Amino acid sequence: MLKLEARPEPSRLAGWMSPLLAAAATLIVGFILFTVMGKDPWLAFYAFFVKPVTTLYGVGELLLKATPLMLIAVGLAAGYRANVWNIGAEGQLTMGAIFGGGIALLFQESTSPLVLPMMLVAGVIGGMLWGAIPAYLRTRFNANEILTSLMLVYVATLTLSLLVHGAWRDPEGFNFPQSKMFAEAALLPTLLPETRLNVALLLALAVVAAAWVFMRKSLAGFQMRVSGLAPAAANYAGISARRTVWLGMLIGGACAGLAGVSEVAGPIGQLLPSVSPGYGFAAIIVAFVGRLHPLGIVLASLLMSLLYLGGESAQINLALPSAVTGLFQGTLLFFLLAADVFIHYRLRIARPAKRAVPV
Amino acid sequence: MNSAGSPDTVAKSMPRLKLAGITKVYPSVVANQSIDLRVLPGEIHAVLGENGAGKSTLMKIIYGVVKPDAGTIHWEGKEVTIANPARARRLGIGMVFQHFSLFETLTVGENIALALETGRAGADLPTRIRDVSAKYGLPLDPHRHIHTMSVGERQRVEIVRCLLQDPRLLIMDEPTSVLTPQAVDKLFETLRRLAAEGCSILYISHKLDEIRALCHKATVLRSGQVTGECDPRRESTSSLARMMIGSDLPHPRHREAHAGDAALVVSGLSLPADDPFGTSLARINLRVRAGEIVGIAGVSGNGQNELMAALSGERMLADATTVTILGTAAGKLDAAQRRALGLAFVPEERLGRGAVPEMSLADNALLTAHREGLVTHGFIRAEATRAYAEDTINAFGVKAGGADAAAQSLSGGNLQKFIVGREIRQKPRVMIAAQPTWGVDVGAAAQIRQALLDLRDAGVAILVVSEELDELFEICDGLAVIAQGRLSEVKPVRETNAEEIGLLMSGSFN
Repeated sequence: MLKLEARPEPSRLAGWMSPLLAAAATLIVGFILFTVMGKDPWLAFYAFFVKPVTTLYGVGELLLKATPLMLIAVGLAAGYRANVWNIGAEGQLTMGAIFGGGIALLFQESTSPLVLPMMLVAGVIGGMLWGAIPAYLRTRFNANEILTSLMLVYVATLTLSLLVHGAWRDPEGFNFPQSKMFAEAALLPTLLPETRLNVALLLALAVVAAAWVFMRKSLAGFQMRVSGLAPAAANYAGISARRTVWLGMLIGGACAGLAGVSEVAGPIGQLLPSVSPGYGFAAIIVAFVGRLHPLGIVLASLLMSLLYLGGESAQINLALPSAVTGLFQGTLLFFLLAADVFIHYRLRIARPAKRAVPV
Repeated sequence: MNSAGSPDTVAKSMPRLKLAGITKVYPSVVANQSIDLRVLPGEIHAVLGENGAGKSTLMKIIYGVVKPDAGTIHWEGKEVTIANPARARRLGIGMVFQHFSLFETLTVGENIALALETGRAGADLPTRIRDVSAKYGLPLDPHRHIHTMSVGERQRVEIVRCLLQDPRLLIMDEPTSVLTPQAVDKLFETLRRLAAEGCSILYISHKLDEIRALCHKATVLRSGQVTGECDPRRESTSSLARMMIGSDLPHPRHREAHAGDAALVVSGLSLPADDPFGTSLARINLRVRAGEIVGIAGVSGNGQNELMAALSGERMLADATTVTILGTAAGKLDAAQRRALGLAFVPEERLGRGAVPEMSLADNALLTAHREGLVTHGFIRAEATRAYAEDTINAFGVKAGGADAAAQSLSGGNLQKFIVGREIRQKPRVMIAAQPTWGVDVGAAAQIRQALLDLRDAGVAILVVSEELDELFEICDGLAVIAQGRLSEVKPVRETNAEEIGLLMSGSFN
């Protein structure tokens, strides 16, 4: 009989081993899955994990997609550490895109180098505003931020849809629901020639570093961690629960807003009815797979990005249905999170108890 | 089993319970090391030891909660394996835990029926409860709801629940920590009666006077090993203490108080309970002057938690003037703002409130002491923080693996010393301490009391809430009693006695 037993203290070894364990388990399941599908599993693994990064363009795409993921996840993690459950990053991202994109459309004719910084700031503000609504509802009316932030996602995406179908629609766009293309001054410069990778990656890495400094080195970050670990101790020390909620929501909103404006000022270059393939939701997984740690989040965002690309590559090269690639991605993420159980618990083989002597 | 209660007459009979070479090793500590223990029928046997000496582990082994790594258990002469508590109950072993396990919203009868083996809770259960409770002087109404009962009454439910299973060995874990002096006397009568009928009792405690008054025999544990066996009736409190802690019991030096101006004033504080089973506070008035210690006695659950939260700022008040700290109306201030006025607070719960379990001692120092120059421009000064933690560890003799040790890795007593030290080193002008020595071993408790007295002599106003009357009489200059959310007047400690305070604890004042 197998038994899970709490460890006296979290195991560091298990902390390092758990991703490897998860990888092994995923490969085994993938092996069975692809074999059953009638595909060579080695080819499938190759298509998933190697093929996407065999070209410079592929590497660029990998980093391009990882950028918004790490940016959003690192912002969400600050809140999650403090038990502030912002699920609405997708909406905050969309608001960031609307605010930043609005500036770009407003200064359509300008070539000023100030347009781009203004867009970025506007994007951050848009995300923060969208994060502030659940924060206000939570601190004023004790409304659950999980629900309010999630519902605001739909409000945000419909607002964007309204704008690109109406006021901001490109009059010369053959009636497609999209805005004008942004001017050159409103686009983020690319980092690597021949790829779509842009300077948003550097911004994201700077934000990750700043988040690490904030959470580890500042009193406010420390107090947020206390709020998450021991709410009663936070209350005892006089750490304001309101401030924690506000900080958590605003940081998450700011990062998601920045990611949103970076998407429209980067690979997209205009406003469309949808500006994200679900980065805001995927970043929740990234945050937890990265164990809410900045460095872990960078790695997790690269993995998630690779899974996106690998899924496409497997669909193209092996004619696998998208449901199967989705299943495979889900399996990996599931094992990654499940294997973390062994950090706090260990498996023991329990021998059946010796029969007691009857009295 | 009709032999008389005196162990002398049963000395030659077979032991009811015999442990030989019981060893239990946890990953980081040896909890029990080859422990031998013999309990005779009808014997009240004390297991005495400081916190962390291994008493609880040993009792859990006997009750089948924990499995020993080595050693044998003989029950009435036969070797047995006690795999789980149900097995222990079938053998005839009952246990009354320190923390009760009762459903508040159910009645006494329902709670007892839930714990009985299937088929034993028939329609006659209420009658049986009445019979047993009347027989042992533990009056209980089977139809009363638990949430209407005092802690002492709840303990009765636990005891009656055990007695209904006709135990031949009853384990009592620190049973008096929640009782008034009068209730303690009643409990002792019941236990003596049970013993006289042949039931063996294992009595876990660190209160030496009680053990001397009640028990026939004592086994003393220190660091997981048996360090002595004796007849506590023939020992003095200090000889027992020596066996338990390996040295003499330190006594605090208590000098005359030189009280100054009122530093903490509570006037007309009324506060509705914030949960259905909490206690509402009603018109509480209290003054603590600089340089004196005022104690609040009372059975737990009478409003102490609510009062502490209202004073510390963990719960903010509607009217600013109900709490005044050093002349500033503080009712509407939060805990951090009250600390800035010069308040320090040692809460009852150490893990999760006074300290963050997963965080290091350095981080836990930062929790409340960040005003002590540990932060500049919003950034933590890591070296200063570590130094503050190290200094606290050294100054208060905290046994810990250094400033990086997680709070949860410390024993309860050591963590309490750290928290008390952390608060005292912030040089407060008003200090509030709730159950400062609860669950703390004798040596550490004496050290904490001395620290509070030294603080008083330095002119700090101190408020101590405790369930231990001995402690309050030892360190306080004035005493008040809290009962059902109301607070009695403060009496000078020299003009009152345990008897009077005990009566007040049952709520007989206006």
